[in-house]
Amino acid sequence: MTPFVIKFIAIYGSLINFIGINALLALSLYVTFWAGQLSLGNAAFAGIGAYTAGVLTMSFGAPYVASISAGAVLAGIAALVIGLPVLRLRGVFLAMATLAFGEVVRIAAVNLQITGGAQGLVGIPNVTNGWIIYGALVAVGYFLARLRGSRIGWSFESIREDETAAAAMGINTTYYKTLAFVIGAVIAGLTGAIYAHLNFIITPGEFGFSAAVQLLIYNIVGGTRIWYGPILGAVLLTALPEVLRGVGVTAGPIRMFVNGVILLLVILYLPNGLVSLFRRFGASKGAKSEERAESAADGGASRAA
Amino acid sequence: MEGRAVLLDIDGITRSFGGVTALAGAAFSVKSGTIHGLIGPNGAGKTTLINVLSGITKPDSGSALFDRKPIHMLPPHRVAALGVARTFQNIRLFATMSCLDNVIAGQHLVAGRPFLPRLLGLSSARHEELKWREQAMGRLERVGIAHRAGVSAGSLSYGERRRLEIARALASNPRLLLLDEPVAGMHQKGLEEVGGLLRSLVQEGMTILLIEHNMSFVMRLCSIITVLNFGRTIITGTPEEVARHPQVVEAYLGANCDHA
Repeated sequence: MTPFVIKFIAIYGSLINFIGINALLALSLYVTFWAGQLSLGNAAFAGIGAYTAGVLTMSFGAPYVASISAGAVLAGIAALVIGLPVLRLRGVFLAMATLAFGEVVRIAAVNLQITGGAQGLVGIPNVTNGWIIYGALVAVGYFLARLRGSRIGWSFESIREDETAAAAMGINTTYYKTLAFVIGAVIAGLTGAIYAHLNFIITPGEFGFSAAVQLLIYNIVGGTRIWYGPILGAVLLTALPEVLRGVGVTAGPIRMFVNGVILLLVILYLPNGLVSLFRRFGASKGAKSEERAESAADGGASRAA
Repeated sequence: MEGRAVLLDIDGITRSFGGVTALAGAAFSVKSGTIHGLIGPNGAGKTTLINVLSGITKPDSGSALFDRKPIHMLPPHRVAALGVARTFQNIRLFATMSCLDNVIAGQHLVAGRPFLPRLLGLSSARHEELKWREQAMGRLERVGIAHRAGVSAGSLSYGERRRLEIARALASNPRLLLLDEPVAGMHQKGLEEVGGLLRSLVQEGMTILLIEHNMSFVMRLCSIITVLNFGRTIITGTPEEVARHPQVVEAYLGANCDHA
C-alpha cells in the first residue's frame, strides 16, 4: 500500500468502520420499510445481538462466529415473538410496539447483572476488523439485491403499495410482513454482535431511542425505494461530522443543525431520498425489457400526439 | 345455459355496519362460464357483497360456496388461492410501480420465483423471470395498454387504470373474476373493447361477476342479471325478465314517478 493509503486508514480507520456498521443497521430497517412497515426497534435488536455475542464470548468463551451467529438468531427470535401478534394488525401498531420494546430492552440491559448494568459490558475482545464489517455489508447488500425480484421481494413491494390489493391477489400479508420484520432484526442483531467485538465496551444507551431514530434518518435521507439508498444515507450522515471538521466546523450543536437541514431538504425536495437523483423508479428491472417497454411507451405517446 | 354447473353459490348473506344494514340475506348463484351482472341502486350492497366474496369483509351470517367450498370465512389470500380475483371500484393499483410491474406482482399465485436460484445467480432464475415478464406483457396486450408498459401506474388515465386492474387480476389465471364497475368513466370505444375482452375471457372458460351502473352495457353483455336493493335479492333472471320486473323499475325510477 502506498504511504498515503496507510496514513488515511490510520486517521480514518475507525470512521470507516463506523460507516460500515451504520450502513448495515440502516439496511436492517430498510427491509421492514420494503414491506411498508415502520419499526423503531432495530436499535434494540442490535442491542440484543451485541449483548448476546458479548456475553457468550466473555463468559462462555464462545468462538467469534458462534457468538455473532447466536446474536443474530436471538434478535430474529425476539422479532418473531413481537411481530406475530402485532403484524396481524395494520397501521402504526408496529411502530408503537417496537418503540416500547426498545425501552424494555434498554431498561433490562441497565438492570441486569449479566449485561454489566448501566456501565455496560466491558472488555469484549477486539476481534472485528474492517474486512469483517465490509464483508458483512457486501453479503447483506447482495442478499437484499437478490431478494428483489423474488417471490418474497414482489410480495414486500405489493404490501407496501397497497395491503388490501396485495391480499386480494393472494399474498399472505401477515406472513410476509413478519418475514420482513424478522429478516431486518437478524441483520440488526448480526451487526450489533459484530459491533460488540469492535468496540471493547457496549453500553445500554447506545441502543436506545435516539439510535433507532438515527437509522430512520439514514433511510429517509438515502431513500427506501432501493437497497443501496440506506447505505448512501448512512455513509453521508456518518461521514458528515468529519467533513464539517475538515472545513473548520467543530462538532456540537452546529452538527445537529446541519443534520436537520439535510433531512428537511430531502423530505421537501427529494421525497424518495438521495438515490432518486440518479435512478428512475417505477420501471422494471432488466435493462433490455426496460428499453423495450420505454420505446413502446414512446411509440404510444407519439401515436397519441 | 341450464346445463351449466354452479360455480358460486351465495346463500342468505347478511352484513351490517353499525346500524346500517348493507346486506340482508342476499342469495343467488353464478353459473360457470357466464357473465353474471350484479346491479342495483347506490347503497344496495353490491360492493359489500364483492368484499364478502373476496374475503375482505366477513358476513354476519349466510354462506358463499365457491366450487362447493365455503369461502365466506376465509382470509382474502386463501380465497384468491382458490381462483377468485377481483378489481376495486376505487381502483387500488400499485401507483409507483410501472404497469408491467403491477401485472408481474399480480402473478404471485402462479409464479414460483424461488429465492435460492436467484441468490446463486442460476440461469434458470433468469429464464423464469423472462418467461413471466413475457406473460405479463401478454396480459397488458390483452387489455390494450401494452404501449404503456413502462409507465408508472399512477400516471395512467382513468380508463387505462381500470384496464390495468383487469390485467393484474388476470395475471393469476383466476376461475372467477369479480369486477367492480370496470368501465366506469370510459368512452364508448373503451366500453366496446372491454366488453369484447370479457366475452373472450368467458369463451375461454372464465366466469365473471360484474357490477356495473351502465345499464346498456350490462344488458348487452350479461346472460344473467341479479338485482340487489337494500341488501336483498330482488330478482335473478335474463336481461329481458329483469327489465320487465316491476320492483326493478321501481327501484331504479322511484316509486312515485307516476305521480310526479
